[in-house]
Amino acid sequence: MHTAAGAQARLPIRSDMDLVWVRQHVRQAAAQLGFGLVDQTKLVTAASELARNTLVYGGGGSMETEPVSEAGVQGLRLTFSDEGPGIADLEQALSDGFTSGGGLGMGLGGARRLVHDFAIESSPGAGTTVRVTSWVGRAPRPREES
Amino acid sequence: MNESFPGPQAGPVTGHVPVLRLGEVLLVTLQGDLHDSTAQQLQQDLAETISRTGTTGVITGVIIDISGVEIVDSFLGRVLAEIAGQTELLAARSVVVGMRPAVAITLVELGLTLPGVHTALSTEVAMDLLTRHAPSSRFGGLRQESP
Repeated sequence: MHTAAGAQARLPIRSDMDLVWVRQHVRQAAAQLGFGLVDQTKLVTAASELARNTLVYGGGGSMETEPVSEAGVQGLRLTFSDEGPGIADLEQALSDGFTSGGGLGMGLGGARRLVHDFAIESSPGAGTTVRVTSWVGRAPRPREES
Repeated sequence: MNESFPGPQAGPVTGHVPVLRLGEVLLVTLQGDLHDSTAQQLQQDLAETISRTGTTGVITGVIIDISGVEIVDSFLGRVLAEIAGQTELLAARSVVVGMRPAVAITLVELGLTLPGVHTALSTEVAMDLLTRHAPSSRFGGLRQESP
């Protein structure tokens, strides 16, 4: 299987206009890699939440997309990074209903539920990096009751 | 910086979303990828249109057709919920119509179920519902009418 060249890119996240490009690019890359419609929708929605976080809380940053493969399975990895104030309490930020910016508090926790792999690195003053990966055809992440 | 930056497939919706008036009902059709500010502008436009109609007849309902919307994230979800709430405060009802299956599945997984937002599968069902003069309480009959 060839690697979709268009899936590798770096997009700036500086305004809410950029959120539109982020969604369209992730949609296109996911479709190219063979993601089904529901999985495309989940990944694009997760990207929208994370890009908005980057913009609103991180003061802007960027998203990198990268096609990955593991044991013959295609995936799409998205990395959102900003150099904003960072997150002091990651556990609190990931819990539903927590918001510091007038949202619904679904951003981080919700995005985590929509992807297969989720990793976040953040510390006060050092910015935030969120890396998520979804795989073509893999069953959804098991539900965790919290 | 030499970044590869593919352009959009279809131009995003910016500015105002057209609000169509059909008798006592306002019809809004959302298409494609919505700009955040456009969604907020729509929220304001709807509230003003409903409250301004004293002389030209009363608006009793709002239909928001989202069949052309590919994703609903928590921002757009919040806007839809707020439109439903403000519409009710202005003595009208609102119905969200035509949500795509993939969008519904994703919203539930995201943790957003939009309590208080009435839904219908088609514009026809929503229209029928809003123009009935003895409305069933809280759209109780709506689900049964869906195929």
